[in-house]
Amino acid sequence: MFVTQPARPGPRTAPGGRTRPWRWAVVALIDGLALWAALWLASTGAWLLLIILVAGAIGINVAFLSERAYPLRYLLPGLFFMFMMVVYPIVYTVYVAFTDYGTGHILTKAQAIRQFESRLYEPPGAPRFPFTAFQNDGGDLRFLIPWEDGRWILSEGDQFQPVDRDDPALIDADGDGVVDGLAGGYRALPTLGLMRHLHELQERVFHYDGVELRLASLTQFARLSPRYRYDPAADQLVDLETGTVYRPVNGYFTSEAGERLTPGFRSLVGWRNFTALLTNPRISGPFFRVFVWTFVWAFLSVASTFGLGFGLSLVLNDPRLPFRRVYRSLLILPYAFPAFISALIWRGLLNTEVGVINQVLRAVGLGGVPWLTDPLWAKVAVLLVNLWLGFPYMMLVTTGALQSIPDELYEAAYCDGATSWQQLRHITLPLLMVSVAPLLISSFAFNFNNFNVIYLVTQGRPPIPGAGTPAGATDILISYTYRLAFEGGSGTDYGLASAVAVVIFILIGTISYVNFRMTGVLERVGEHV
Amino acid sequence: MYKGRLTAFGQLWRHGLLLVAVLFALGPILWVISASFNPSNTIVGQSLIPANPTLAHYRQLFQDPRHPFHLWIWNSTKVAVIASTLTVALTALGAYAFSRFRFRGRRGGLFTLILIQMFPQMLAMVAIYLLLLQLGEVFPALGLNTHAGLIMVYLGGALGVNTWLMKGYFDTIPRSLEESAMMDGATPFQAFVRIIMPLVRPILIVVFMLSLIGCYSEYVLARIILQTTDQYTLPVGMQLFISDQYSSRWGIFAAGALLGALPIVIIFLVMQRQLVSGLTSGAVKE
Repeated sequence: MFVTQPARPGPRTAPGGRTRPWRWAVVALIDGLALWAALWLASTGAWLLLIILVAGAIGINVAFLSERAYPLRYLLPGLFFMFMMVVYPIVYTVYVAFTDYGTGHILTKAQAIRQFESRLYEPPGAPRFPFTAFQNDGGDLRFLIPWEDGRWILSEGDQFQPVDRDDPALIDADGDGVVDGLAGGYRALPTLGLMRHLHELQERVFHYDGVELRLASLTQFARLSPRYRYDPAADQLVDLETGTVYRPVNGYFTSEAGERLTPGFRSLVGWRNFTALLTNPRISGPFFRVFVWTFVWAFLSVASTFGLGFGLSLVLNDPRLPFRRVYRSLLILPYAFPAFISALIWRGLLNTEVGVINQVLRAVGLGGVPWLTDPLWAKVAVLLVNLWLGFPYMMLVTTGALQSIPDELYEAAYCDGATSWQQLRHITLPLLMVSVAPLLISSFAFNFNNFNVIYLVTQGRPPIPGAGTPAGATDILISYTYRLAFEGGSGTDYGLASAVAVVIFILIGTISYVNFRMTGVLERVGEHV
Repeated sequence: MYKGRLTAFGQLWRHGLLLVAVLFALGPILWVISASFNPSNTIVGQSLIPANPTLAHYRQLFQDPRHPFHLWIWNSTKVAVIASTLTVALTALGAYAFSRFRFRGRRGGLFTLILIQMFPQMLAMVAIYLLLLQLGEVFPALGLNTHAGLIMVYLGGALGVNTWLMKGYFDTIPRSLEESAMMDGATPFQAFVRIIMPLVRPILIVVFMLSLIGCYSEYVLARIILQTTDQYTLPVGMQLFISDQYSSRWGIFAAGALLGALPIVIIFLVMQRQLVSGLTSGAVKE
C-alpha cells in the first residue's frame, strides 16, 4: 500500500533525547554477565557457544544503545532463540553430515589427544618404592612409602602427602622402630593380605606432588610416565613405550602398519555419508525403501484423510439432513485428542495377539491380522491410524470451503440441467481446490515428517531384513534419522543421520517452494505487507 | 445443489455412512474409557461396558514408583505453560515491531521467517541434542535432561511459527490509538504494553493455547533431551508406560491416557473455532 501514512513511532520519531539511566544500568548488567560467561566459556574451550554468546551480547548493545536499531529491541529476544535453536542447528546439521561424528568418533581431536596424553605407563628402569600397607576395620587402605628425598609419604585416597617420622599419626606399638599402625584404627597389613586387593589396586593411579605412582607388585610402587606425546608441528602422536608413530587418518590415530588407537575423533569425511546412502548396499537398499515409502506414506495419508474428510463434509453440507451438528461435533473428537496419546491407544488396539481389533475380526470368523509384524499390514496399520487422526482436519477445512461457494452457481447449473455429479465435478471441486490445495501440500509436508504416528505406533518396525542400519518397513526418513542417531544397536552414527536430515531439508524445501508458488506468498511478501 | 426432498433411501444411506464414520471416530475413545474402568487389567476379554466398574486403575496410576505419572503431568504442564507464556511474549514483541515500525530488513525478515518455519525443528534433532550436550558441559542447568534446556529449545520455534498470525491481527488495530498515547508523552514501548496488548488479547490467547497444545504434546525433542524418569514429560513417560509389559498394564495405561488427554480436549472443545481458524488460515494469510 503506497498511500501516505502518518508519522510512525520508530527511529525517527522515537523520543531520542530521553535515554534513561535504567537502560544503561540494564545494558551494563547484561554485559557484565556476558563477560563472565564468555570468560568461563573461553576457559573451557567451548568456542562455538562463545561465538553465539558474543553475537547475542553485541546485538543487545546495538539494540539498546543505538536509536536507529530501535525495532531490534523488540525482535532480539525472539531472534536470539530462533538463531540458537533453529538456524544454528540447521547449519550444524549440514556440517555434521560431512563428518564421521558417532560411536568411536565422539571426541574432538583435541579431546582425544588430551586423553592419550593422560595415559601412563611404567618405563623400563623406572624407580620403584617399597611400601607398608595399612587397613582399618572398614577395609580402607593407606600406604606409607619412604620417598627418595628421605622423607616419608602417606596416602589418603589416591593422594600422597609428606608426613614426619615422629608424627603422632604413625604408631609404633612395640617400639621396634617399624611403624605398625596408623591413628584411626589402621593396622599394618601383611603382604599376603594385600593379595586380594591387588587387581583392583593395580588399576588405580596415585598422585604425589606431580608424580604418578602405581602399585607394581605386592611389595613395590612404581613411578609412571606419560605414554603418548603429541607433536603439533608434525601432527603426530608418538607412543613413548614402543616408539611407534601414529598419524591421523579417517578419524583415528593410525600407525604405519595400519594399527588404530581408540578412541577416535571427529573428522571431516567429505561426501562419504552421502555416497554411503547411495552406493553402500547395506545402507542404500534400506535407505531407498525408506525414501520411497516416505513419499507413498505422505501421499496416501493426504489422499485418504482428504477423501474421507471431504466425503463427510459433502454429506453433512446437505441442509436437508437432520442432526448435522451432532454428527459434526462427534466426528471432530479424534482431532481434539493429543496425537501422541491416540497413537499409543491405537498401538494397543492393533496388537496382534491381544488387540481388540483382531478379537473382533476373530469373533466374526476372520483370522487375526498381523498388524504390527507384517511389513505390508504394518503399513496399512499406520495409514489407518493416520486416517483416524487426520480426517477431522480435512472435514473442517473442506466444510469451510464448501460453505463459501455461492449458491447461485449451483442454481445456474441446475437450470442448465447439470447432474449432481457434474455440479460436483465442475463447480465444487475446482472452487474448493483454490483454497484447499495449499493446505493439502502443507499436509503432505507435515505427514512427510510425521514422526509421532510412525514411531509411537510401530517404531518403524518390522525391520527390513539384511539392513546394516536400523531401518524398518514403516520407517519414514525422519524416524530413520532418529534411529540412526539414537537407537543404533551397534552404535550411533550422527554423521549418517545428519546426511539423511539434509536430504529431508532439500525435499521439504522443494515441496514448500511449490506451495509458495501456488499461493503466491513470495509475490505478496515482495509487494506490501 | 440440494434440490427437492431427500428420499427415504437418501436418508438411509447418509445416516448409515455417518454412523459408520462416528463409530470409527469414537470407537477407540469409548474403548479406552471402558478399559480404564474395567477391573481386569488386561486387554483380553474386555466388554465395552464393564460389569463392575472400578476406579482402581486411577488409584494405581498415582502409586507406581517406576512410572511417576503425577510427575510427568506436572513436568508437562510446567514446561508447556512456561514455554507458551514466553512464546507469547516473544511473538508479541516481534509482531509489534513488524506491524508498526518501518526499518531496513523488515521485508527480508518477514520473508526469512516464512522460510525458516518451513523446516520443523525436529529435523535438526541431532544437532539440537549435540548442542545441549555441549551446552551442558559448560552450564549444566541448561544442558541435557533439564527442563530449562527443553524450554529453550521450544522457544526457538516461537518467532517463526506465530509472528505472521499475530502481525495480521496487530495490523487491524488502528495506529491512531498509540499515536494519541504518544502525544500524551508515552514511549512506544509504553504504548505497546498499555494500549496494544489489551486490545490484542484474543490473538494472544489463541497463540498461547496453540503453543500450549504443541508443547504439551511434543514428543521427539523431549525424548532425546530428557533422560531420567523423574524429568520425563507426559508423552515420553506414556511411551515408557506401554513398552513395559504393555498388555498386562492396559487398564492403568487407559486411565493415564484419558487423564493426560483431558486438559487438551477441554481446551480444544472450548476454543475450537478460534484454534481451528488459527491453525488452518495458515501463518501466511493476511
